[in-house]
Amino acid sequence: MNAQQSQTLEITTPSDREVVMTRTFNAERARVFSAFTEPELIKRWFGLAGWSMTSCEVDLRPGGKFHYHWTNDENGAEYGLIGTYREIEAPARIVHREDHDEAGNQGDATVTTTFVERNGLTAMTMTMLFDSRELRDKAIESGQVEGWGVCFDHMANVVGGV
Amino acid sequence: MDSSRLDATFLALADPTRRAILARLVQGEASVRELAEPFAMTQAAVSKHLRVLERAGLVSSGRDAQRRPRKIETEALAEANGYLERYRQLWDRNFKRLDALLAE
Repeated sequence: MNAQQSQTLEITTPSDREVVMTRTFNAERARVFSAFTEPELIKRWFGLAGWSMTSCEVDLRPGGKFHYHWTNDENGAEYGLIGTYREIEAPARIVHREDHDEAGNQGDATVTTTFVERNGLTAMTMTMLFDSRELRDKAIESGQVEGWGVCFDHMANVVGGV
Repeated sequence: MDSSRLDATFLALADPTRRAILARLVQGEASVRELAEPFAMTQAAVSKHLRVLERAGLVSSGRDAQRRPRKIETEALAEANGYLERYRQLWDRNFKRLDALLAE
């Protein structure tokens, strides 16, 4: 496997309610699993441009909760992601529920994440099954808006004020 | 999407306050008053931004005559954008940070 190819993120929507992401990491799966489950490591990679992770709580056991919280660097807006672990098979598989937070932010999905190691590389597959098509589309669109934000920051300078 | 519509969309998005309004509307409908709250800005100023977003087809007004809640019109965004591409980029940036972490 060519390293460049292996590290390409693939996202597919195999059904109306699903989003499936696959990505290969150049590391043993125990390390990748740690990066997905240990707060100090999660804080270092999981987030959005312009948002700081201000809280990360993980109770990694079936029935245990997790709570990620971000604050917008510019306007102080808050964003939360909360959920409950359903199944933990370290370091191979995690099943969790994501629930909308107090502000009604995205969520309401069952997420299955698997880690498969081959030749020192770890393939991660995350299958997000949303409770409805509407929720799935909303999750994708919120990512889109953030993407627009980054994309248009430089364009704002070019276009100037309206 | 025709190019004048695309121009209107690009122009509407080329402002950090309007992008923040859109990001708020992704979470659900909101009245002008609710939208003005986090921005330290008058409702009149927010209404002006909303008119630009409405002209671009990015936002519409709800049916409730009293509140006139604004909602995001995702079709214009989706048309101006590859549907999954931004979402992919968002996660891609996360995973590139994770690559760096794993390389330590």
